[in-house]
Amino acid sequence: MNAITPVGVNASAFLDRGAVDAGVKQRTAADFLRHAGLPRAGVEAWKYTSLRALADVPFATAQRDVDGATVDTLLAEVETISGLGAGADRVVFVNGYFDAARSRLPKGVKVSTLAQSGAVQDDIDPVGDVTTALNTVMARDGLVLVVPDGVDAGCLLLASIGLTAEDAPVSFHPRHHIRVEKGGRLAVLDAAVGQGYYLHNPLYDIVVADDAYLSHARIQAEDRQALHLAVSHARIAAAGVYDSFTLTLGGSLSRHEVHAALTQAGGSVHVNGAQLLMGHQHGDLSSVITHAAPECISRQTVKNVLSDQARGVFQGKILVDRIAQKTDGYQMNQALLLSDGAEIDAKPELEIYADDVKCSHGATVGALDDDQLFYLRSRGISGEAARSILIRAFLHDVVDQIDDQRLKDSLNLAVEAWWKREAA
Amino acid sequence: MPAVAETRKAVETLGQSTYKWGFETDIEMDIAPKGLNEDTIRLISSRKQEPQWLLEWRLKAYRSWLEMREPTWAKVHHPPIDYQDVHYYAAPRKKPGPKSLEEVDPELLRTYEKLGIPLHEQAMLAGVEVPEGQEARAPVAVDAVFDSVSVATTFRKTLQEAGVIFCPISEAVREHPELVRQYLGSVVPVTDNFYAALNAAVFTDGSFVYVPKGVRCPMELSTYFRINARNTGQFERTLIVVEDGASVSYLEGCTAPMRDENQLHAAVVELVAMDDASIKYSTVQNWYPGDENGKGGIYNFVTKRGACRGARSKISWTQVETGSAITWKYPSCILQGEGSVGEFYSVAVTNNHQQADTGTKMIHIGRNTRSTIIAKTISAGQSDSTYRGLVRMMPKASGSRNFTQCDSLLIGDRCGAHTVPYIESRNMSARVEHEATTSKISEDQLFYCRQRGLSEEDAVGLIVNGFCKDVLKELPMEFAVEAQKLLQISLEGSVG
Repeated sequence: MNAITPVGVNASAFLDRGAVDAGVKQRTAADFLRHAGLPRAGVEAWKYTSLRALADVPFATAQRDVDGATVDTLLAEVETISGLGAGADRVVFVNGYFDAARSRLPKGVKVSTLAQSGAVQDDIDPVGDVTTALNTVMARDGLVLVVPDGVDAGCLLLASIGLTAEDAPVSFHPRHHIRVEKGGRLAVLDAAVGQGYYLHNPLYDIVVADDAYLSHARIQAEDRQALHLAVSHARIAAAGVYDSFTLTLGGSLSRHEVHAALTQAGGSVHVNGAQLLMGHQHGDLSSVITHAAPECISRQTVKNVLSDQARGVFQGKILVDRIAQKTDGYQMNQALLLSDGAEIDAKPELEIYADDVKCSHGATVGALDDDQLFYLRSRGISGEAARSILIRAFLHDVVDQIDDQRLKDSLNLAVEAWWKREAA
Repeated sequence: MPAVAETRKAVETLGQSTYKWGFETDIEMDIAPKGLNEDTIRLISSRKQEPQWLLEWRLKAYRSWLEMREPTWAKVHHPPIDYQDVHYYAAPRKKPGPKSLEEVDPELLRTYEKLGIPLHEQAMLAGVEVPEGQEARAPVAVDAVFDSVSVATTFRKTLQEAGVIFCPISEAVREHPELVRQYLGSVVPVTDNFYAALNAAVFTDGSFVYVPKGVRCPMELSTYFRINARNTGQFERTLIVVEDGASVSYLEGCTAPMRDENQLHAAVVELVAMDDASIKYSTVQNWYPGDENGKGGIYNFVTKRGACRGARSKISWTQVETGSAITWKYPSCILQGEGSVGEFYSVAVTNNHQQADTGTKMIHIGRNTRSTIIAKTISAGQSDSTYRGLVRMMPKASGSRNFTQCDSLLIGDRCGAHTVPYIESRNMSARVEHEATTSKISEDQLFYCRQRGLSEEDAVGLIVNGFCKDVLKELPMEFAVEAQKLLQISLEGSVG
C-alpha cells in the first residue's frame, strides 16, 4: 500500500495500524519509517544487526485479554528470577497494557499510565533512531512514574509479560516515563518474560534531576522465539546518578539501545550489561553516552558469554562535547567465546572534542584462559567445575558493579539460574 | 644528538614559519587535457606504451568506477571533488634516448636538494662518482617520482647483482610483464573501493619491487613522491613482491609544493609476501596541509594493503602522517599464511584545519597469525583526527592473537580526537586485546620541563616525541630524525 520503496525492510506491517497521524511527532516518525524502512545491515548504527527477520511478518496488535492463568505462571517466573516476591511493589504490563489488578503501586510516588494521559508528550526526537521512531508511531500505553523531591521510593518491580499463540505474531510498544525529582531515590528492577512469537519494543524516557538517584536493572528473559527492541533515553542533571544494567538472556533477536546524556556538571552514569547467549540467539547492546557538561563521570562495562552459534554485538560510543572539560569516561567490553561457532562484533568508540579529559576504553575477546583452567584443575577441581567457576567469576565482576544491593542480589540470582540451565 | 638539542634545532627551522617544502619547479611539462573518460585512459596507456591487457584492465577499472560512489563513512568533510577538473597525466618533457643520470634536469636536482635528499643520493642522481666508502656506509636506493613519471633510479647495478628488481612500474610492465600481470591488482582488486578503482584506471607511475627467493635486499629502497604541476592528481601505484625467505625494507617520503587549490592524491600500494618473507614499509607523509585557515592542501585518499600469503611471512607498516588537508588511509594486512605476522605503527598529527581518518585492518585468516597495532594520534588547532581500525578473526584463525593500543593527545580545546575500533571474532581460541586512551599533555610534565629552562614549545615538542617513541623507534634511522622534526613543525603555533 505504500508507494515508496524503502531502503530497508518495509515497515508497513506497523504503519498500517500505527497512530501515524496522531500528532506531529507520529507523522514525522511515520514518514521516516516509510522512507528508511527498518534497517538491514549496512547502516552504520546497525552494522552488525539486521532486522531482515521482521520482513513480511504480519505482526498484529497484541490482545489485552489473554489467558490469566498463564500470565500468573509467567509472573511467578519473574518473582523466581528476580527474588522479588509477591510482597514487593510492582507494576505489571501484559502485552504492553497496564494490568492494574496484578500491580501493587508504591507509596509516595505519582503513578499513572500513558493510556490515561492520552498522548505521547515528551521531548524525545521521534526520528533520532529507528527503534524510537517505531515506538513513537506504535505506543499505546506505558508507565508514567514520578518520584517527588527528596522521596526515597524504595525498590519497584516493573514486569512486562508478552503472550501470544505461536502462529499469530503480535507486537507491543510500551512507552515508559520515569522521572526522579530533586534528591529523590528509586531502584527499578525491570524484567521481561513471555511466551510465543512476539515483538516487544519498549521505550524508556528517563529523567534524573539534580542530586537524584535512579538504579535501573533490566533482565531480558523473553521467549526464545521473541524479538526484543528496547531503547532508553536518559538525561542526568547536576550531581544526579543513573546506574543502569542490562542482562540479556532471552529472545531470538534482541537489541537494547541506550542514549544517555549528562546535561549538567557533576552527573554520573553507568551503562553496564551482560549478554548470555546460546543457540542461534543474537544480542546487541548499543549505547551513546554524551558528556554535554563538565566534570561528569561515565562508566561502562559490558560482558558477553557466547556459546553454540550465538552472536553478540556491542557498540558503545562516548561523546565528549567541547564544553565537557574534566570528563572522566571509561568503557570496557569483554567477550568469552565458548564455542567455535560463536561470534562477537564490538565497536567501542571515543569521540572527543575537549582536551582536559580522561577517557579510555578497552576490549578483550577470547576463550577461557588455559592457565586459569590448569590452576584450578591442579588443585583437584574437575574440568566442568573449573569452567563453571571461571565463567561465573567473569560475570560476577560486572554484576558486582551494580550499586543497589537489592538489584545486585536479583541479578546474581538471574545469572545463577541461567548458568544452571546452560550447564544442564 | 641529545633530545633537547634536537628539539631546539627543529624549532630553529620553524623560524621560516612557512611550509618549508612549498616551492615550485619550473620545468617543461607534457600534460594531458583536463577530464576523465576512456580517451584519457587510452592516452595514458599509449603514452606509456602499455600492452593491450593493461589497457583492458584500466578500462575495466574505469567502468566499475563509474558505478561506484565516494565512501562517506569516514569522519572527514570536504566540498565535492570535480573529477573532470583534473589533469590525469603530466610528465616532465624528456629528451629522446635512454635515460641517463646526466640528463636529469638541474632544476630537478635543486628540488631534491630542497627536499633534503641525502647528498650522496643527489650525487647519484646527478651521475657523480660515489666514493667507495660512502656507498658501503648507508646505501639507499632512490626511485624518485616527479609528478607522474619516475625520473631516475639509483643503485640499479648493485640491486641487479643481488637479483632485486627495483624500477618504475611502467618500465616493469614492459620488461617484466609476466610478474606485473600476475600480481597487479591481486591484493587490491580494481573494484576494491572508489579511489582504488580510480587509481587503477589512471595510474601513471610508481615503483615496482621484486625480491627473488632467499635474497635479503642489500639496501633500503626509497621513493620520494611530489606533486608539482597545478591541478594534476597524483595516482601512484606501487607493487612489491617478496618471494620465499626474502626480505626488503621500503621507505616512502612525500612532500608537495604549496598550492591554493586542493589536490587529489589517490595512490594504491600492494605488497605480497610469500613463505618466510618479510616486508617493512615506512612512510613519512608531509604533503602540503593547507594554510592556517584551512585553505588549500592535499586530499590524500590512499589504499595500502599487504598480503601475507606465505607461512611465517611478515608485513610491517610504519607511518608518520603530518601533512595533507585530508588523510583517508588504512594500511592493512591480510594474514593468510599460517603463523604470519602483521604490524602497524602509526603517528598521525593534525593541526589547524587538517582532517585525518586513518588506521588499519588486520584480517586474520590463517592459524596462529599475529598482529600488533600501535597508533598515536595528536590533534591541535581546529583539526580532527580519527583512528579507525578493524581486527577480524576468521573461523579458521585458531590460536591467533591481536594487540591494539591507541593513544590520543589533544592540544587545545578546539580540536577533536576520535577512536573507532571494530573488533570481530569468529574463532574461540583467537584472542583480541584492545586499549585506548585520550588525554592532554599533563601539567606536571610541562612544569617539569619548563622548570629546567625549556620554552613551552620545546617542552611540548619533547613530550610529543616521547608520546610517539614506540612508533618512531620502528622507523629506519634517517627517517626517524626527519620525523621528529616534522612533528615539531606540524605542531607549530599550537601552544601558548
